[in-house]
Amino acid sequence: MAEEKDKKAYQKPLPSWDEESRPFWEATKRHELYVQRCRDCGFVQFQPRAVCVGCLSPNVQWVRSGGRGKIYTFTVTHQNPVRGFRESLPYVVAHVELEEGVKLLTNIVDCKPEEVKIGMPVEVVFADVTPEVTLVHFRPAR
Amino acid sequence: MSLKKKAAIVGVYEHPTRFAPSKTTYQIIAESAREALADAGLTIKDVDGLFNAGGGGLIGSLALADYLNLNPSYTDTTNYGGSSFVGHCAHAAAAIAAGLCNVALICYSATPVSTPMAGIGGGGGGGMVGDPSVPFEQPYGPTIINGYAMTAQLHMHEYGTTSEQLAEIAVTTRLHASLNPNAKYRDLITVEDVLKSRVISTPLHLLDCCVVSDGGGAVVMTSAERARDLRKKPIYVLGSGEAMRHAAAGHRDLLDIATNDSARQVYQRTGLTPKDIDMAMIYDSFTITVLMQLEALGFCKRGEGGAWVSGGRLRYDGEFPLNTDGGGLSSNHPGMRGIFLLIEATRQLRGEGGPRQAKKPLRTAIASGIGGILGYRHAAATVILSNE
Ligand SMILES: [Zn+2]
Repeated sequence: MAEEKDKKAYQKPLPSWDEESRPFWEATKRHELYVQRCRDCGFVQFQPRAVCVGCLSPNVQWVRSGGRGKIYTFTVTHQNPVRGFRESLPYVVAHVELEEGVKLLTNIVDCKPEEVKIGMPVEVVFADVTPEVTLVHFRPAR
Repeated sequence: MSLKKKAAIVGVYEHPTRFAPSKTTYQIIAESAREALADAGLTIKDVDGLFNAGGGGLIGSLALADYLNLNPSYTDTTNYGGSSFVGHCAHAAAAIAAGLCNVALICYSATPVSTPMAGIGGGGGGGMVGDPSVPFEQPYGPTIINGYAMTAQLHMHEYGTTSEQLAEIAVTTRLHASLNPNAKYRDLITVEDVLKSRVISTPLHLLDCCVVSDGGGAVVMTSAERARDLRKKPIYVLGSGEAMRHAAAGHRDLLDIATNDSARQVYQRTGLTPKDIDMAMIYDSFTITVLMQLEALGFCKRGEGGAWVSGGRLRYDGEFPLNTDGGGLSSNHPGMRGIFLLIEATRQLRGEGGPRQAKKPLRTAIASGIGGILGYRHAAATVILSNE
């Protein structure tokens, strides 16, 4: 019932996925975060791809992330006319660097925007925004 | 093969409109082309190279050629955002040097004020719907401004750059706009005004951001040889550079902007150094965009831009005139304003700047743009121009 309500209430853009990214989004639904590592050259990459862009090898391996990292940089967004976001202002957008070595774009949640700092340790928190979609957010590490 | 002085800008026109509800983008391009060709002493019949960026009203080169009744032998619709037209200048010089066309028309128009959302992409983070990166960014609320803001935040954190220093750029640009009768905003502002304007995305304020205007323009280029016989003093292309930065598959370094590469290329290809450059037209989507490009172009060291832009250095009557037309921060920004960098650099090198003409003598100008979005993905294009 809460899910039904959320589905109606959730107005922000949702990710679409294809065969390259499907395992990533299936994993987030299980509350697991994955990056990729190349079996041939060792390159670690994000976002997921069918090939390694270090060497174009097809031998890319899904590697589960520990979900910990630090804030590489961030901003407190005070203006965005897009539906869903305009109701959530101000919100924090950040590039988080995972301990696995790749950076990803995310929102920092569960803290006041003014508490967010560059270098702050963060941990993943999975946001089940609709019955089908789970997004990857981060919060200050506990 | 060096492109040095193989081709020249021979005609320019900046459309004076900032609000054009009664004009199509095609009409603005046609009017701009007419005036730029007249400036050169050429006609539309001479044009055999067509350069435009698509977008901004979804103008593809075929549709534009159709509208203008042109049958170009060479076209280039490179579109990597606002810096595209600086790239077109480089590409046109190469095409002319290679004999692929003789008279190149570079043109642009967009009307985002009178036709909201025209030509605006759907991705938010500088990606279009369908781009592979978009599902990993758009759900988190990227905006054009918050990408630049994250870059500014990191620059401040690493180097101690301050909002006051960024504001200096907006203040100087507004001074120049006050001397440009066509500029959208002409009332002088102070550093305090910038800091008191509302925060759009920390640490950027409203007055750190470019304006939104309608507009357009055109640039005509031809070979150095042909340029000698035309109406105006030729403004030669001495060399160029282009580069990109993006997520780097998860390994992005936001402080290493693409201009680091385009600058290295342009200096290597021209044999010039930053000391040889007399003035600069630098894409000013936001104040931080200017600061980081000035560092990358070698006018000061990385991290020292904040101090360097302070103290009036960038004024039209200062030691290093910058964005003398009032830039995107105050004059005009229809979405992709790189063409205006070429136009104002040409006017300044010709001595046609009127009340805002640089006080120092000018031989060289650098025009450098960032298209796309610092913080997500961007493309740099740089050219050095000279009047001798
Ligand atoms: Zn590999």
